[in-house]
Amino acid sequence: MKHGKYRFIAGFLVLPLAIYAIFVISPFVQAIYYSFTDWTGLSPDMKMVGFDNYARLFKDDVFWSAVGNSVTLLLLLPVVTLSLGIFFAFMLNVGGRRRKKAVIGGVRGSGTYKILYFFPQVLSVPIVALLFQFAYNPESGALNAFFQAIGLGNVQPDWLGDPQIALWCVMAAMVWANVGFYVVLFSAGMSSIPKDFYEAALLDGANRFNTFFRITLPLLWDTVQTGWIYMGILALDVSAFAFVQIMSVGPGGPDYSTEVLPLYVYQKTFRDGQAGYATAIGVSLLIVTLVFSAIVMRLGRRERLEF
Amino acid sequence: MSAQTDPADLPGVTKEQEPSPAAARVPGRRGGTGGTGGARSARGSSEGKTLNVFSHGVLVIWGLLVTMPLLWAVVSSFKDDTEIFGSPWGLPSVLHFDNWSRAWDKANMGQYFLNSLIVVGGSLIGTMLLGAMAAYVLARFDFPGNRFLYFLFVGGMGFPVILALVPLFFVMKNMALLDTYHGLILVYIAYSLPFTVFFLSGFFKTLPTSVAEAALIDGASHTRTFFQVMLPMAKPGLISVGIFNFLGQWNQYLLPTVLNVGDPDKKMLTQGLVALAVSQGYKGDWSGLFAGLTIAMLPVLAAYIIFQRQVVAGLTAGALK
Repeated sequence: MKHGKYRFIAGFLVLPLAIYAIFVISPFVQAIYYSFTDWTGLSPDMKMVGFDNYARLFKDDVFWSAVGNSVTLLLLLPVVTLSLGIFFAFMLNVGGRRRKKAVIGGVRGSGTYKILYFFPQVLSVPIVALLFQFAYNPESGALNAFFQAIGLGNVQPDWLGDPQIALWCVMAAMVWANVGFYVVLFSAGMSSIPKDFYEAALLDGANRFNTFFRITLPLLWDTVQTGWIYMGILALDVSAFAFVQIMSVGPGGPDYSTEVLPLYVYQKTFRDGQAGYATAIGVSLLIVTLVFSAIVMRLGRRERLEF
Repeated sequence: MSAQTDPADLPGVTKEQEPSPAAARVPGRRGGTGGTGGARSARGSSEGKTLNVFSHGVLVIWGLLVTMPLLWAVVSSFKDDTEIFGSPWGLPSVLHFDNWSRAWDKANMGQYFLNSLIVVGGSLIGTMLLGAMAAYVLARFDFPGNRFLYFLFVGGMGFPVILALVPLFFVMKNMALLDTYHGLILVYIAYSLPFTVFFLSGFFKTLPTSVAEAALIDGASHTRTFFQVMLPMAKPGLISVGIFNFLGQWNQYLLPTVLNVGDPDKKMLTQGLVALAVSQGYKGDWSGLFAGLTIAMLPVLAAYIIFQRQVVAGLTAGALK
């Protein structure tokens, strides 16, 4: 029996573990090793260069603009996306007309709103990015055509071509793609808050503004925190890479105004043949990610209320 | 927010929270008790009305912001190039179905679609099977190193994938897995395991032990208990994580962009779409590009509308855990 148990455990774990170790763990470990070499990525030759790659980072202007843009995304994207998500969820859940016995109620058709809002979430990043790229097209895009139609024909921004606003344009697409998920998520959280809490607060004379900040938000805090981490990882990794790579001119341009860390890692490796240096950038990205998670966890620590 | 044992029952996701139709139909009957109660109620009602108009207003605006770009893409896919440039907001004068056939055949969207189906089909089965096996063992058996292995798996959720890509490329190259279906399937499985193991081991822990014990006493082997008793019991969890993985793998862009670049006919749908955008941009075939975009977009949207509840529950289940 005992023998059988261990054979079973080993039998069930060996394949998943092997695949995971080969394709996830080993590349990560190797990446850290490569960041101390001058590997080009093209030939098997490399030599250890110690901390040279990291020292080089400090003098690399493109790296610093990538850091700046990544941190901007990291700070603003979650704030904007989650705020909009909470705002719409609150409207869905308390914006309804007051009915008998129900202190607060959802708006009519909240189910339909939720279905619509979730649309972008099931689409792949390239679809969303391309859609927005068309909309931003300065000559024939939907946005400038819209400005023309409402009589603002002389306001024809260059959108993605303008280094001042290019990053904001990319960020708008990312917000658009993600808000729906948080509307649904926060809605679920809000509707599980017992109605008695609101009743008691209203009896005490609280208005809806107060109930939101005193009841809804604190009780939703765990979900908000999870959402914050999700959005942060999104802003630093795969999603930011895909949006910037597909949408921006260059990609990463104009004038590195949309360059982000994951894209820079990719370009240094596969375009410039500097795999060793690229992994050093990747390690700095890892550090930013870890610091971010630690801060969110730390700031988010609140007393948990069971209900 | 306690852990949801059955994600299909997420409150607010599946149910409307309208109190009852009868209560909603009698707006006049409120606050008849007089005194302060009545006054408060009257104030509340006007406040409620303003709020109601305001909230419907903002909700409709965002609803339009979400649906307009999608509708615009679908409408544009039926236009010819002159119409797309001449009147971006107008309706097509003639329905140009040829855009669609051109995108499907000439621009290879059909082939890319098939590639995505093959790879995602294979990796989804693999992810679910291997993920469930590992999660089951880690959740329900005590053995030395259990915690270490669990955190090894789960830790993968927090690392930036881009960092692993460079060495991964060479791991794949050395194993002759670049530009192959099975190579991509293995990588998709590997990168889906962290969340799958995390979610399913949480799920297996909530299942009652007595059932598994009964099966063992009746003489079923561990393997048989897993496949015939535990796996069927875990069905709600499997569906949730299955949908999560399906969408994640179907929409995967980063991994194929790096690992699947040799053979142009083997592109995944997401990759193919971007390649199409680049090449059509030069050729000036914008209508074909919109058709390709719509081909990539509509099936997922249709599937979402049909399985709306399950999709929402599947995607949000992880965040609520």
